[in-house]
Amino acid sequence: MEQLDISYDKILHAYPREEGSLIPLLQKAQSINRYISLEIVEVVADYLGMTESQVYGVASFYSQFRFTEPGKHSISVCLGTACHVNGGETLLDTFERELDIKPGECTADKKFDLNRVACLGCCALAPVVKVDDDIYSQVNIIKLKEIWSSYE
Amino acid sequence: MNNFTTLQKQSNAEWNTLSNSEEIIIYIGMGSCGKAAGADKIKKVVLDSAKKYNVSIKLIEVGCIGTCYLEPLMDISAFGNPRISFGNVSEKMAEIIFRKYIIEKEDYSKRSLGFFGEKAFNGLSNFFEQPMLKHQVRIVTKNCGLIDPENIKHYIANEGYTGLEKALKKSPNEIIDEITYAGIRGRGGAGFPTGIKWRTCRDTKSDEKYLICNADEGDPGAFMNRLLIESDPHALLEGILIAAYAIGATQAYIYIRAEYPLAIRRLEHALRQMKEYGFLGQNILGSEFSLDIKIKEGAGAFVCGEETALIHSIEGKRGMPRTRPPFPAVSGLNGKPTIINNVETLGTIPHILRNGPKWYRQFGVDGNFGTKTFSLVGKIRRSGLIEVPLGTSLRKIIYDIGGGTLKPFKAVQTGGPSGGCIPKELLDIPVTYESLAKAGSIMGSGGLVVLDQDTCMVDVARYFLDFAQKESCGKCTPCRVGTRHIVEILEKICRGQAEPDFLDKLESLANLVKSTSLCGLGQTAPNPVLSTLRYFRQEYIQHIDEHFCPALVCSSLIEYTVIKEKCTGCQKCVSVCPTGAITGPRSEPHNLDVDKCIKCRACYEICRFDAIAGNAIVITSSKEA
Repeated sequence: MEQLDISYDKILHAYPREEGSLIPLLQKAQSINRYISLEIVEVVADYLGMTESQVYGVASFYSQFRFTEPGKHSISVCLGTACHVNGGETLLDTFERELDIKPGECTADKKFDLNRVACLGCCALAPVVKVDDDIYSQVNIIKLKEIWSSYE
Repeated sequence: MNNFTTLQKQSNAEWNTLSNSEEIIIYIGMGSCGKAAGADKIKKVVLDSAKKYNVSIKLIEVGCIGTCYLEPLMDISAFGNPRISFGNVSEKMAEIIFRKYIIEKEDYSKRSLGFFGEKAFNGLSNFFEQPMLKHQVRIVTKNCGLIDPENIKHYIANEGYTGLEKALKKSPNEIIDEITYAGIRGRGGAGFPTGIKWRTCRDTKSDEKYLICNADEGDPGAFMNRLLIESDPHALLEGILIAAYAIGATQAYIYIRAEYPLAIRRLEHALRQMKEYGFLGQNILGSEFSLDIKIKEGAGAFVCGEETALIHSIEGKRGMPRTRPPFPAVSGLNGKPTIINNVETLGTIPHILRNGPKWYRQFGVDGNFGTKTFSLVGKIRRSGLIEVPLGTSLRKIIYDIGGGTLKPFKAVQTGGPSGGCIPKELLDIPVTYESLAKAGSIMGSGGLVVLDQDTCMVDVARYFLDFAQKESCGKCTPCRVGTRHIVEILEKICRGQAEPDFLDKLESLANLVKSTSLCGLGQTAPNPVLSTLRYFRQEYIQHIDEHFCPALVCSSLIEYTVIKEKCTGCQKCVSVCPTGAITGPRSEPHNLDVDKCIKCRACYEICRFDAIAGNAIVITSSKEA
């Protein structure tokens, strides 16, 4: 939360105090802090005049929000239809096994977190894996190792 | 001369300098998929080469023309010649093209895919004469891949904002009449006539009305909206202006998936340009009409494609649907009349205003006028985004445009998780809202996923139901609990643990969920099961009775074996096996311990692509009595 502390008020006051600001505010908070901490829930609830359970209720409904600290790099395996029929699930299995984590978790050394995404919209290049902002196309098991070993 | 006419003149002048220019102009397709295919690297090579040879070039980042199988694409226009296009460009190739065509002025254009424009060049064929493109009718995708999406003048030079100009000279009622006569139906999937929807909203009295563009393209396997926004954002924005004017809205929202960061950036950029040139804000183009457009990023919930759920999400609530009526056109966002239209619908509106509804009705078939975009993906030779008149047959789309499949065709999945699988016997049906529904699927937003003999239909049904179950918002019991039970049944069938009465149970449960769920998500979620049961029942029976998966997909029903006679003992598979299931010294046939094998496919793939023998590892599924 250190980064967020500096300019709490500045961030909050850029949004009108109304229910409609809740999701954009949470998105902003997550873009700075990388996840929604308990403290963010408290601060946002206080600002919008809502209860913490209401804020958490909305946040937990949407898959974009995460409540644990992510790793240094985020791996997303696309499991859209085109990726599924071209072996996306095998790629996810391989990541799970090699990194020894499940989707939504983070490796013990905090280097990687693993996620499943419904579709990245690059279906013509399936199967697709995304690491941070880089999208890798037509990935197979052999390519996978090269991909994650290229990240520090 | 008013401001718009001046702007048009400036834009035409700028656009005309690009074609047949002496200047060297390089266009690179930089949509999300182009980037995934390596367009960034090509851009770097081009910039480095320009530096190395000390030539001045103009680099224009364009969107995507839809021929995804040819990505990355690099076009060049230089020396007064037309723009020509090179496909599947590698870094090495980009370097060679640059050197040969630009520096050494070698006749390298023969290696290109074709030229753009009217003027024939060097015996090349027109780019749009390629098999994937020549059967298409491009209306909404007209500018995609050709113009700079971040330059409003490129859009204006290609008839941009003339639809709005015409619209503002008409009354809202006249526009609604035109749209109704044009016969365009909602391109998000449900196919409700757009004109009638607008009329309802127009006729509802209220101090405030809203227009929402639904760009929450959630169907896995579909990317039509992403491509349109990334490649030609102003087409959508012009459509929003016209729609808002017609229904009387003063505030518009674009609800777009957060998973599309580039599309969001393009929209933000386009909105800034619109403000700058007077297309947004107060008194647009000097008229009485004023509008503000806001972008709302979705937070990742498939159900928010449903309009009442989407409205709840914009209001800052959990994205759960409610019963209708009242329809949003009467009572929507903040209780005010609200129209929600899909990206493609809105992107088509300017064309109807520009050319008239009669022109639009020449495309398509009775009751299904106009064109529709589809993302043609899966086990197909030429994948990408296409636009065809409604009424085109699936066969034409898959074979003439897509080039067919590599292995024998099995089915085509339309409509995403709400759709179904259509077998080869029905490939000649025309693509219309009604015919697809009759075949047990839906039009949906336009995903067409081609499946071949290596696809297990039970697994496909399980995949979609698993998706629907995870995305169910949980509000109504049939969807929340029903989809969970359907997934469990399908998982047991895939594991070979099914009992003989499972198919009956599956069918009755699927029909129950379909008929009793609250919203479209639950009502259509069973379609993948029902359609595969209808056309591929035998495959279910083989899984249940014989524990046999003919497509060799269901991991509990298959086995990996090393064919001793073929194996040369190259040890490639030994090196990739994560569990040590494969052993054996170099140059001797390897052993595969089935008890240790986790069926991860690593050995199978490396044996086919990298190993000396190739195909020494096979996957089989044996029939049991």
